[in-house]
Amino acid sequence: MVITKTMERWSPLVVLLAVLLLWQLAVMGFSIPEYIFPSPTQIAAQFAEFKGPLLEAAWKTFWVTMLGFALSIVVGVLLGFLIGSSRLAYTALYPLMIGFNAVPKAAIVPILVVWFGIGLGPGVLTAFLISFFPITVNIATGLATLEPELEDVLRVLGARRWDVLVKVGLPRSLPYFFGSLKIAITLAFVGTVLAEMTAGDSGIGYLMQTAGSQQRMSLAFAGLVTIGAMAMAMYELFSWVEKRTTGWAHRGSQAD
Amino acid sequence: MAFVDFRNVWLAYNDELLAQGQYAVEDISLQVGEGEFIAIVGPSGCGKSTFMKLATGLRRPSKGTVTIGGQAVNGPLKITGMAFQAPSLLPWRTTVRNVMLPLEIVEPYRSSFKARRDEYEARARQLLQSVGLGGYEDKFPWQLSGGMQQRASICRALVHEPKMLLLDEPFGALDAFTREELWCTLRDLHAAQKFNVILVTHDLRESVFLADTVYCMSKSPGRFVVRREVELPRPRDLEVTYTPQFTDIVHELRGHIGAFRNKDGKSGIAVPQ
Repeated sequence: MVITKTMERWSPLVVLLAVLLLWQLAVMGFSIPEYIFPSPTQIAAQFAEFKGPLLEAAWKTFWVTMLGFALSIVVGVLLGFLIGSSRLAYTALYPLMIGFNAVPKAAIVPILVVWFGIGLGPGVLTAFLISFFPITVNIATGLATLEPELEDVLRVLGARRWDVLVKVGLPRSLPYFFGSLKIAITLAFVGTVLAEMTAGDSGIGYLMQTAGSQQRMSLAFAGLVTIGAMAMAMYELFSWVEKRTTGWAHRGSQAD
Repeated sequence: MAFVDFRNVWLAYNDELLAQGQYAVEDISLQVGEGEFIAIVGPSGCGKSTFMKLATGLRRPSKGTVTIGGQAVNGPLKITGMAFQAPSLLPWRTTVRNVMLPLEIVEPYRSSFKARRDEYEARARQLLQSVGLGGYEDKFPWQLSGGMQQRASICRALVHEPKMLLLDEPFGALDAFTREELWCTLRDLHAAQKFNVILVTHDLRESVFLADTVYCMSKSPGRFVVRREVELPRPRDLEVTYTPQFTDIVHELRGHIGAFRNKDGKSGIAVPQ
């Protein structure tokens, strides 16, 4: 079979539709009740009915996530910079960071609530805590795996460490940075929803929690779908930015 | 006084090796006149690259002194340019911006870089044209062939008009024809600009064709064993490489390398390649 460009472009949509169709048929075929596992059409109906509250909750979740994500970019980049450019900092900080990253963030939310109360604080901070690590690791990797030859090119000219970092280290770690943003943004959504479910008073997580406790499965699923759609949209956005700014690193796949 | 002056230089890579008396290079002495082109040949792992690190100031000798241009070498020198076996161009910069890189680092260009950028760019473009890369200045390095990348790399080593050019097996990864082309490019640049060159290579023909003086290095310990002046008249044409006189020198140098390999008790190769 010949795979054309058009087929490749539309393939994600085709898969999505096929999954939805299969889902619908399965629910109808096995007569699964709505309060156990709703079908796509039932979820769509809930969307139509609760458009207002869903959009409001989505908006809230979106900008709490963005706040946390912005924080994690700033902290993640600075920390990655520190760890990647100094062997001492790498050795000293890395084990601690691994340990911290292994802590389940769900366990931290109650602590955050004690410190910051119900509301914005825990959401923003959980999104930040869960998403800065991949950024840090990727920036650090980008800097630490600098080819010695590239560094020597500058060092024989008497370049300072700072020169090497700015002229070679940073541009070289940009593809790693954008790669990590794509991972981090999806994690940030997970963090926000987690905090909203455990200790929120608004947002998609809170809405899903409430809907679930009232056995309104279709509405809870509608919340899930909303989160998924937002994360996918942001992922695509960063993919696009990545291709635009660091095309040199993806030349193989763009050549044809 | 010699422009490059190595006096009884020994180097061990760290204190442990120093205590054991394991030196990467031993008792190296050489004096190079201003504008002289020297080549250092030897089997791989004989300390040629170590020698380069000493000449650039990336390493300081354990014993002995290195003086270049009348000043002791204590750190990287601004009067040198260097090119390596890999072109090591930055893939996110166009060729001309790669060549301009040293001007962003080395004084006095560094402080005037913003103000005189156009002038410097013109210089980089002119240099690229002089090695036959006209029309490729705004391409990215990965759009260029290996030989072209290496030309650009040599331009980058020369753009800040260094007094000394250090070449660490710069043509090693190229095919024979491209290599010979680049020999001529380097010969012409050297004839025009009269900088010092230290060329590290394991290609004997290359060393004899290009250099005024060839030094042979032995392997572990890394020492100079032979100094051979190449009396072939300049300018040299590629044709010279097919003359008996040229072949005799290559043969003679090959003999030296074969000889001290045998002395080490390793399998010597008697037939010159």
